[in-house]
Amino acid sequence: MAKLNGFSFGVFLVTSSVGIVQAQRALFDTPLTFRSGAILPRYELMYETYGTLNADNSNAILICHALSGHHHVAGYYADDENNVGWWDNMVGPGKPMDTDKFFIIGLNNLGGCHGSTGPSSINPETGKPYGASFPVITVEDWVESQARLADYLGIKQFAAVIGGSLGGMQALQWSLAYPDRVRHVLAIASAPRLTAQNIAFNDVARNAILTDPDFHGGDYYQHGVVPTRGLRLARMLGHITYLSDDAMADKFGRKLRTEQYNYGYEVEFQIESYLRYQGDKFAAYFDANTYLLMTKALDYFDPAHECGGDLNRAFAKARSDFLVISFTTDWRFSPQRSREIVRPLLHNKRQVSYAEITSNHGHDSFLMEHPHYFDVVRAYLGNVR
Amino acid sequence: MINKEIVRLAAERPDFEAIAAWIPKGASVLDLGCGDGSLLRYLKETRAIRGYGVEISDIDIVSCIANGVNVIQNDLDAGLSDFEDGAFDFVILSQTLQATRHTEALIQEMLRVGREGVVSFPNFGYWKSRLNVLMGNMPVSSELPYQWYDTPNVHLCTLNDFESFCRKYCVSVTARSVMTGGGEVGFLPNLLGSTAVYRFQRGV
Repeated sequence: MAKLNGFSFGVFLVTSSVGIVQAQRALFDTPLTFRSGAILPRYELMYETYGTLNADNSNAILICHALSGHHHVAGYYADDENNVGWWDNMVGPGKPMDTDKFFIIGLNNLGGCHGSTGPSSINPETGKPYGASFPVITVEDWVESQARLADYLGIKQFAAVIGGSLGGMQALQWSLAYPDRVRHVLAIASAPRLTAQNIAFNDVARNAILTDPDFHGGDYYQHGVVPTRGLRLARMLGHITYLSDDAMADKFGRKLRTEQYNYGYEVEFQIESYLRYQGDKFAAYFDANTYLLMTKALDYFDPAHECGGDLNRAFAKARSDFLVISFTTDWRFSPQRSREIVRPLLHNKRQVSYAEITSNHGHDSFLMEHPHYFDVVRAYLGNVR
Repeated sequence: MINKEIVRLAAERPDFEAIAAWIPKGASVLDLGCGDGSLLRYLKETRAIRGYGVEISDIDIVSCIANGVNVIQNDLDAGLSDFEDGAFDFVILSQTLQATRHTEALIQEMLRVGREGVVSFPNFGYWKSRLNVLMGNMPVSSELPYQWYDTPNVHLCTLNDFESFCRKYCVSVTARSVMTGGGEVGFLPNLLGSTAVYRFQRGV
């Protein structure tokens, strides 16, 4: 529904929003067995939907979120108009992911901290937050829980499953776990598996959290504290890797907050101030245990793990059509990594297209409005029936 | 694709029909420098082929995707390392040969990933081109629409040139089609043909 504000000049700007949205909650009481062997007897998933499910339930798109994402993909809330969905530029009426055509679902993954069952949720068996007892979760486990959400919503087959970064890994996993339940997969700024360098970044981020004196082995909730220092360091490090060298140079260069050097350790360069701001902002709302879980899920994902490392064999199961997109200045999930997705798909003679978008914004590019990137997604989804 | 579209494509690009005539139904095809995907779409419609295009231009990537053609964005001069040996029945280089930098390496790559190759290119030996040069100017025509200073074409050649290249690099030409406008040229092709299409495979 478009936001109506009564001003005709505003219509052009607002009609492309899905407007006011409401988060919903689905309860699942069939136990879910994780890859690790752990069992979650019951859990809840927060989700939002945009657009209308058609008569034969064939126009559904699932959007999988990345490390810090959630179910609020598009639109805004009636009581909080400034809380706009994280992919609002991409999802809406007439937008590349067109809600006039598709029924689009966003969810908060299991283990998240935006309403779906996660480490900060109360464990009904103990009456206390799960904390450290929340099982380590994998991309495979997420897809399993997402398939149950699809069942719950009456969707037998998705027109497309779409994700960027860690979300792209979930989209890929859909094509492997449920080849007949997804017609198209869009893996954006993603990788078939992380490299040692990428795992190393995650490890440093985790270490920042794990060694924070306020972490208390993951059960900080009971102590009335949060490992803020660790979480903000983790985010600061992450943030550096999401930006390109050029973008940082353009935005901050060597600019100082004041005119001169102060010869001390306080914040002096603007990049320092920016990173601290980002770290503080993130640590104020994100749960440290969720951050640990998400980075572990990234590290573990490797579809070839059970195929002797052979991605060609791993992707032999896939039946979907694929669109793979990368960004030239993304070094955290570089174009090379996206090509590692494309190659096994070519080997298995799957329908696949690959676009390498020239963008200055590093890994963050996948979240940004970019005419050519949007044209590619629009053209692809335009042919999805 | 509607029939009208096929007719339009065939009329605009006479080499399409010549290429299609050599491609059996259901073949696997890799089209290098596939542009907006017109040829692949034409072959999909008329020959039920399956395959991929390779293209570097952003605008063409969008057109290919809109045309429902698989396309991989890549620089041909960087090689075809994404593709495995013998992965395709045919590898096509349509009106692109003259714009490639490492032409010899690319022809070898074509015959690594495909069992057969097809190239089409504007014949620089066409009498109008010769006349242009004789009159003291670089040729500009519908086949060679660029000015000397803005042309992407770095390796223009004649039929004779291409054939001696093939002999030198052990590439065996199995068929040739030379045309001007849309008509086949049989007599003095290197002089009277504006476009050449070759079918070839690895020589022995």
